[in-house]
Amino acid sequence: MDMGGINPAILIASLMVASVPIILAALGELVVEKAGVLNLGVEGMMIMGAICGFATAVATQNPYLGFLGGAAGAACLSLVFAVLTQVFLANQVATGLALTLFGLGLSSLIGQSYVGIKPPLTGTVPLGPLAEIPFLGPILFDHDWMVYVSIIACGAVWAVLKYTRMGLVLRAVGESHDAAHALGYKVVRIRVLAILFGGALAGLGGAYISLVRVPQWTDGITAGAGWIALAIVVFASWKPWRILLGAYLFGGITVLQLNLQAAGARIPVEYLSMSPYLITILVLVIMSSGKGKAALNAPAALGQNFHASR
Amino acid sequence: MVRLEKRPSPSAFWQWATPVLAVILTMIAGGIMFAILGKNPVEAIRTIFWDPLFNEQFAAYSRPQLLVKAGPLILIAVGLSLGFRAGIWNIGAEGQYIMGAICGAAVGLALYPLETRWVFPLMVAAGIFGGWLWAMIPAILKTRFNTNEILVSLLLVYVAQNILASMSIGLLRNPEGGGFPGSRNMSQIPAMANPELIPGTGLHWGVIMAFVVVIAAYILLQRHILGYHIKLAGQAPRAARFAGVSPNRLVVLCMGLSGALAGMAGLFEVTGPSGQISIDFNVGYGFTAIIVAFLGRLNPIGILLAGLLMALTYIGGELASFMLGLPSAAIQAFQGMLLFFLLAVDLLTNFRIRFGTRKEAL
Repeated sequence: MDMGGINPAILIASLMVASVPIILAALGELVVEKAGVLNLGVEGMMIMGAICGFATAVATQNPYLGFLGGAAGAACLSLVFAVLTQVFLANQVATGLALTLFGLGLSSLIGQSYVGIKPPLTGTVPLGPLAEIPFLGPILFDHDWMVYVSIIACGAVWAVLKYTRMGLVLRAVGESHDAAHALGYKVVRIRVLAILFGGALAGLGGAYISLVRVPQWTDGITAGAGWIALAIVVFASWKPWRILLGAYLFGGITVLQLNLQAAGARIPVEYLSMSPYLITILVLVIMSSGKGKAALNAPAALGQNFHASR
Repeated sequence: MVRLEKRPSPSAFWQWATPVLAVILTMIAGGIMFAILGKNPVEAIRTIFWDPLFNEQFAAYSRPQLLVKAGPLILIAVGLSLGFRAGIWNIGAEGQYIMGAICGAAVGLALYPLETRWVFPLMVAAGIFGGWLWAMIPAILKTRFNTNEILVSLLLVYVAQNILASMSIGLLRNPEGGGFPGSRNMSQIPAMANPELIPGTGLHWGVIMAFVVVIAAYILLQRHILGYHIKLAGQAPRAARFAGVSPNRLVVLCMGLSGALAGMAGLFEVTGPSGQISIDFNVGYGFTAIIVAFLGRLNPIGILLAGLLMALTYIGGELASFMLGLPSAAIQAFQGMLLFFLLAVDLLTNFRIRFGTRKEAL
């Protein structure tokens, strides 16, 4: 079953790989936004995760430690955001932008000595004969473990937000921090933890780009993935499962245009490479125009700083 | 115990003192960063902030560069500051800058080899139009469909960069360039050039426009009803609505103005200091301008000073990478750090820090 030299099974399998960084980063940002904080620094945290993960993996020659390092590096950067917005009560939009600008600079500073190095290989999960099943095998059972982690994380975030006390408290803080504070919940502490969680997930996503997707280090390697993750959160109207949908849609377009480039389509390469960004904008427009339905789902205290005056 | 007490109104003293404090703190933290990189911190800070202006060996080259680099930063930042004041976040100035440069250059190159003095003004107009048009996309989407302007304007930067890549190897490529990417060098074609007006100063038309825009923005904000509306919409959106300020009109106006100014900056850059449309003629002024706008406290005069300071860090960073082998990325991290410190010390403007336990006020 070939469509102009593009095999659909491989296409689906590679779109799942392509969307992993965005799923992880968007899930993290979803939790952060559910707690009422708008962190626009996803791009900066992702690229810090990418370089920290890369550096750790190269130093230890262990991709798994690399992912941990990436998550830790990005969480450290998000701690700066947490301190600035939660303790120093700085404007969240401006601080998020600062995080991105700083992250891009710092990552390329750290990354200088890593250009041209190959990271250790992240292997596929050995699922034995399952991977041999025609069509379904390559799609479902022939991936590295992060692909499965991203899907499991999606389910876990959904379950925690929906069914646990912790999720309820988190959502309460995001809907009305004053009410949550009056009930005795530590608004600032909960938000700081949410921001750190978001940072760690963005870092995992970034590390996936530099360790598996590309896999090498170049400046600006994330190429706007963090911004697309932010857009996907809006697209998903703050629902975890829809993030999976949005990210696969986006990953599908990315992979398709890469395949078209490789197949030598008549459309110039530049126009193909801009298509994911254009589609993301289009999707944003559709989601936000539908009688404000998506906007209704937004946490009510999103982007507002909390200062306990009493 | 330390606690924060909200000031009834922002402190006038700290409003001006915080940027200075932030710069000092950044120098200290930057010094630590340079020390970690194995450079002498004092020497590095001196090379960045002192040598470009006062070292006899380098000043002749670097002093003019100050205006060359500050011009576009100030132009873009003044535009952005208007929107930021009204709570309209155009962070895609980099894209508008690129599109302005492309549109302006396209008009000029289409008229080549026409030699009249109308070519350059026409290119400036086209550049302004290009930037304005690119900013209108997020503005219209925001007003018509309530789409988040932050995300759209930023995503459009990546689109603009791809268009730039396509233009410099396609439509606008120099037909006599032997197949190399990049357009004709417009700074060497008299009708299109944006030359240094007074030798040895770095003053070009873009710098003059930057000064004009600073004055215009100052008058707009202090003396004009529109400036008042912009400030009102930012500080009290509900009050602004009751006063009859249309939020949609403000979005279109602020986005359009900042886009037009960014486009103009792009055109002046591409006809002057950079000279040609090439894949990487843009060096991130559109993003650095965000830092400039905040460092200047969203105030035109402040932005003028902040733009000069930020230009100094660019030049000093180049000098430090040349003299001390300091990585050029270090200066980008340094600039980001500046914004962090600025946002942190901004607390002092709006809050009072009180020590000791709280006394119940009756």
